[in-house]
Amino acid sequence: MADQPLHSRFKNALIWGALALALVTPLLVATQSPYLASRQPIYIAAGFAGILALLLFLLQPLLAGSLLPGLRPRASRMWHRATGSLILVSVVAHIGGLYLTSPPDTLDALLLVSPTPFSVYGVVALWGLIITALLVTLRQKLPLRFLHWSILHNTLAVVVVLSTVVHALLIEGTMGIASKWLTCGAVLTITAWVLFDIRIRRPRRTR
Amino acid sequence: MQAPFYTRRRFLIGAGLTTTAFATGLASPVTAQSFKPTQTMRGGSNNYRPNAPLVDKLGNGFHISGNVRLAGTGQPIQNARIQIWAATTLGGEREPRNHGSVLTQADGSYHLEMEQIVPNFGQPHAHLAYDDGSFKTVFLRPVMPSASDTSLAVDFVLTRA
Repeated sequence: MADQPLHSRFKNALIWGALALALVTPLLVATQSPYLASRQPIYIAAGFAGILALLLFLLQPLLAGSLLPGLRPRASRMWHRATGSLILVSVVAHIGGLYLTSPPDTLDALLLVSPTPFSVYGVVALWGLIITALLVTLRQKLPLRFLHWSILHNTLAVVVVLSTVVHALLIEGTMGIASKWLTCGAVLTITAWVLFDIRIRRPRRTR
Repeated sequence: MQAPFYTRRRFLIGAGLTTTAFATGLASPVTAQSFKPTQTMRGGSNNYRPNAPLVDKLGNGFHISGNVRLAGTGQPIQNARIQIWAATTLGGEREPRNHGSVLTQADGSYHLEMEQIVPNFGQPHAHLAYDDGSFKTVFLRPVMPSASDTSLAVDFVLTRA
């Protein structure tokens, strides 16, 4: 973007820098958790896969709304799809790792008979994600108009994000308390803003 | 509309009498209940390894204790084997060094010192079991109010098998 004025380039660098910081800091904080010392590698990996999935929900709405500077809408949409796949892979790694760590606890959670109050939110997020993945894969084959499809996609996104945030906040795990609450706050704010932007603000402007 | 029964005066009199009764010990919500059998908790038997060895202690710094009584009368049960396991600083719930059994004393009390319990699967909690023939099997999974707690009290009220 050589034709951009200097202050605009500075602003873009600031946005990307802030995003990188928001993505990396919670992971770095979690590596300092005292709980890691007594955990098996597979349990640690499962936990970090969960943190990664949560963090990717910072990025995902920004890509959906094509709000990141320097990324053309077409590239943004491609990255949105790639990030979606990565979220799915992270969640599978999260649950798979937890299963290998403690099969009975994980099965209880998946079958909704766990004593932990947060697991039901994790399962809701999982099913929301599975349905989302199916809707994405089958979009061309479904008898749905694009507007209806995207409203469905947005609704599922809200369900997945909300349940993921509640799931994360109720867990006592390796994430730092401050970084977890800040991340969750940012995820909710960005999700809400992008939904407002693409569903209400933009259509109103073009009308 | 008139509410003839629930006037403010009647409410205050009722509340006053109830408070007096509780305060003087004429009636108590505690003594009102006899010793009801402890119910097995959800997930209580997860990562259970039957017949954990009898141990003096499993580590230092964290104390699990409680009383084992008979349902109804509340009579202490002596020599009941309580099996205990938890994720501690030594490792997870499947770590053999985190499994041990203790026997209750004549007064029905038991105590086990172990390493500090750490949050596992999102909650700091312990597992306890009574799983021998004389009384009905009970699996417990108490959650610690705080991960920094260094003790946990867990009582059992058992029924004859």
